[in-house]
Amino acid sequence: MEEEVKLMKGNEAIAHAAIRYGVDGYFGYPITPQSEVLETLAAEKPWETTGMVVLQAESEVAAINMVYGGAASGKAVMTSSSSPGVSLKQEGISYIAAAELPALIVNVMRGGPGLGTIQPSQADYFQATKGGGHGDYHLIVLAPATVQEMADFVGLGMELAFKYRNPAMILADGVVGQMMEKVVLPPFRPRRTGEEVRQQCPWAATGRHGRKKHNVITSLELDSAAMEVNNLRLQETYRRISENEVRFKTYFTDDAEYLIVAFGSVARICLKAIEEARQKGVRVGLLRPITLWPFPTEEVARLSRQTKGILTVELNAGQMIEDVRLAVDGKVPVHHFGRMGGIVPNPNEVLEALKKYFPQTGL
Amino acid sequence: MKEEIIIAGFGGQGVLSMGKILAYAGLMDNREVTWMPAYGPEQRGGTANVTVIVDELPISSPIVDTYDTAVILNQQSLDKFENKVKPGGVLIYDPYGIHRPPTRTDIKIVPVEATRAAIEMGNSKTYNMLLLGALLALRNIVPDEAVIRGLKKTLPERHHHLIPLNAEAISKGKELVANYLQA
Repeated sequence: MEEEVKLMKGNEAIAHAAIRYGVDGYFGYPITPQSEVLETLAAEKPWETTGMVVLQAESEVAAINMVYGGAASGKAVMTSSSSPGVSLKQEGISYIAAAELPALIVNVMRGGPGLGTIQPSQADYFQATKGGGHGDYHLIVLAPATVQEMADFVGLGMELAFKYRNPAMILADGVVGQMMEKVVLPPFRPRRTGEEVRQQCPWAATGRHGRKKHNVITSLELDSAAMEVNNLRLQETYRRISENEVRFKTYFTDDAEYLIVAFGSVARICLKAIEEARQKGVRVGLLRPITLWPFPTEEVARLSRQTKGILTVELNAGQMIEDVRLAVDGKVPVHHFGRMGGIVPNPNEVLEALKKYFPQTGL
Repeated sequence: MKEEIIIAGFGGQGVLSMGKILAYAGLMDNREVTWMPAYGPEQRGGTANVTVIVDELPISSPIVDTYDTAVILNQQSLDKFENKVKPGGVLIYDPYGIHRPPTRTDIKIVPVEATRAAIEMGNSKTYNMLLLGALLALRNIVPDEAVIRGLKKTLPERHHHLIPLNAEAISKGKELVANYLQA
């Protein structure tokens, strides 16, 4: 069967991909610029077709705790929100990580802090990659740059979440949530049966089914020695994820003398700036981290050895630049260009930043 | 050929839907397309705009700072976008309510009396399709047939009986700019 190419918003693509993946439950609360996720699910009525639960909770806190409950029973569950709403979810996310449960959380970022603006931002990089909630934990963080990746990362995020029993996050921004472009949606897969869930998730709270002991899902451990064992087990999971799941994409890096590191929609804006720089004979390349955690540290380090300077471009005051600098370890200068407050730079501003920080290029 | 277009006006003028129909027409014509709205409160009464890019090749940035073509429907948008049209580009505007007309000499400026034409057609909702017709006559972005297929995709089925009216408005829009096509 020929694949059908559709035109839709990134937020809509997430909703369609969730239904097609066979997600069991979505729990959310509306907030701009991600409201189309819940709106599209409500319009599609998957509860009449796949049996997927779609529920608008009374708050973001309730929604994430519904995700916690659904995940504890081995179901494929997700929530989505935007920055202030994701802040509200942090306690629940920490509990889900501590209880070693798979879940998918989508953050279509808007400008902060506080209620801030509804316009695009990437200012939740620290929150997403460095914990966000309390305690030593990590989410697997995927950064889509296209509507196609918005659709694809629903499945990828769920796969990784179940593979490592660890929550995954799609960290998108208002641009990729609100823009429309072509997308080929993934094929329909049936939701797992109860028996399949029990087989895939022997740890889940699905009833005893003849076992002597029932499974207990908790993040509480008052015995410090046992809690440290839990922490070590989590750290071992993070080590395995870091070893196996780093994802990134490079553009024009083979002969690059200068490198831009940018993620999400901003990487695309940078790519256009790079095309223009190359027309002027300046060899600039782009590294686009797809997993923000685990971060492509080795690739940044490798590329830094062939470049004279690195520019990070972010919709924030300079967050990912810290991970880039750690990777580069002082070997080449690393500069930051960013806009805040919901302002998205255009390619010309990125060119100007290249010119400012690397005057020797003659741009 | 790559075409970077900004459509800007008041919320309610059909700015976003005009962009959407154009984007769908690009999809029908097997082109790459991006549709990036200025979303948010400006949709309700303030200014609204959308950037549509149509290209043969994959599109890097959905956000650009200069445009091949601008379709401008109010004074605020004209003030904002007149100097964002690339030299040699096209600026289409509806002169209704414009008290400071565009003055650049290095671009092609085309006034389109779409408000008046929509009143003459007896249906104000044909407004954006009149402008789309003018745009398509001036810039060879997508074939008419793709636009009609795009309309079928964007309009819910219960409104499909309006497609002939929309097609008529597109033709009428093309007539409005006939004098500008020779240059």
